[in-house]
Amino acid sequence: MGLALSPRLLATLARDRTTIFVSGTNGKTTTTALVAVGWGGEVVTNETGSNMPAGHVAALAQSNSPRASLEVDEAWLAEVIRHVEPRVVVLLNLSRDQLDRANEVRQMAERWRQVLPELVDCVVVANANDPLVVYAASSATDVRWCDVPTPWQADARSCPKCTLALEHVAGDWRCSCGFSKPATITTSLGDGLVVAGKRYEMKLALPGVFNEANAAMAVTALVEVGVEPEDALTRISEVSAVAGRFSLRSWNERTLRLLLAKNPAGFDALLSTVEPDDSDVWIAINARLADGHDPSWLYDVAFEKLRGHRVWCLGERRLDLATRLDYADVEFRVVDDVNELPREQRPVELFANYTAFSEWLARSVPC
Amino acid sequence: MLTIANLVPDLLGTYGDGGNGLVLAQRARGRGEETLLVSMELGDELPDASIYLLGGGEDGPQRLACDVLARTSLASRVADGATVLAVCAGLQILGLTFSVEGDDQYAGLGLCDVTTTRGASRSVGELRVRVGERLLVGFENHGGRTTLGAGVAPLGRVEHGRGNDGTSDGFRTGTLWATYAHGPVLAQNPWFADAILASVLGYELEPMGTVADLLYEERCNSLTRS
Repeated sequence: MGLALSPRLLATLARDRTTIFVSGTNGKTTTTALVAVGWGGEVVTNETGSNMPAGHVAALAQSNSPRASLEVDEAWLAEVIRHVEPRVVVLLNLSRDQLDRANEVRQMAERWRQVLPELVDCVVVANANDPLVVYAASSATDVRWCDVPTPWQADARSCPKCTLALEHVAGDWRCSCGFSKPATITTSLGDGLVVAGKRYEMKLALPGVFNEANAAMAVTALVEVGVEPEDALTRISEVSAVAGRFSLRSWNERTLRLLLAKNPAGFDALLSTVEPDDSDVWIAINARLADGHDPSWLYDVAFEKLRGHRVWCLGERRLDLATRLDYADVEFRVVDDVNELPREQRPVELFANYTAFSEWLARSVPC
Repeated sequence: MLTIANLVPDLLGTYGDGGNGLVLAQRARGRGEETLLVSMELGDELPDASIYLLGGGEDGPQRLACDVLARTSLASRVADGATVLAVCAGLQILGLTFSVEGDDQYAGLGLCDVTTTRGASRSVGELRVRVGERLLVGFENHGGRTTLGAGVAPLGRVEHGRGNDGTSDGFRTGTLWATYAHGPVLAQNPWFADAILASVLGYELEPMGTVADLLYEERCNSLTRS
């Protein structure tokens, strides 16, 4: 599909639908799925993660459902917003990712900041704990700020507005220039969620605090289209895997749990879910176009957390990974042929970045 | 005790640049040197160290990092013999002037006769530099065009990519080492890490024979192929 054609086609296909957009560096695919499931009934969605206009067109062409939950690549958000009139835009987070393509994180925030004032009759649901997102979203007229777990702060140490140092204290952040964390309507409490002053139980099948953040923001978005939080949460709690992510897969008589980890913030969040035992961990790293050609980011991931585990290094950039682990004093094995991988009794955690993840998804079958 | 200090990694450390400090520290420890790796974050005093490291960063943070470091005793420590390895934005900061946010010239730390202006385009991709007998392999992502003063020698000659200006990359003058190969350039080039360590420790280092050597060999071959 020609990219020149798709924006106009996209506008035509999106007309008369209630559309929720989800964008940000991490959690887009999962949150888009949570919005779709939480909404209930038939919802059009680009569940394969094709998050540029051609992917939106392909998804919308498949269904006449009046409701759409669409993942949008962060670099395409400005363009897509101009052709579709979304009802809600969810802005999850912004951090370093594939800088060989995107160059600078702050430029991305600036582009969002410039397009958001153009939104009409649209609510922005935004992460109040991510200063770059707050900088971008505070230009919008109608924002629901969410207080959700955001452990990665390495890209927002200096104020996005004035570049002075941001002060982070106990869940709050501010700059001496006056730029600070806005008042929030949604708060994630781990096992619970507060939306507009009312507390709801939240029990997720998906692991990790990052998925609590994704779920909290999905529910906040759904409230804007008339869904009751209880109903959304009941449906969302059933989701245990999204597009293969977090799913148990079978490969050559082994059981694998596939985890997509493609940038420092996402990788760090996933490493925090690894049990502190002596289990083996498999990690596959490629550096193709879709991954970013530069694997320097491996040094921004705290692989030191894997000390005590043995890591099997896979993928085209396995030597980059092995070198990183060696300097982190983590035991490793370089695997040139996947048939050399050991047989494991228990499920193995397999972390992979984008194209490596796709390879392992294709190579394995659902359990 | 060998102390290695990452300087304002919260501003300059966009893409794994902190790896350079880790690599130097681990390779020094591997040679039996007692080594301390520290970080000077925004608001901290400049630590007393033998090796200072500067990483890459975005325009705003680069300017702030320069302002912060200009108020420290870094210049006098360098004059007293401390070593600096600077990559990308860090390289630009060491010089007399650099450009950010348009074409405005901004005063650098002035530790060497080097100036950087805005290049015609951004350069993103693999960088390969001939340094004497060796190849330096890495990745660059910057929009600067750097000019070296008469007394400043480049680190090496560009064989692939842009570096300073498409011809030379980085510089080496006194105890300052600089390259546009951003991120953990020392992870990909163990010989370069050892050259810096040897200059500080004052003795030649035997190769360590670790997986980093295999990585270096692979990167050299992959660039030769492409």
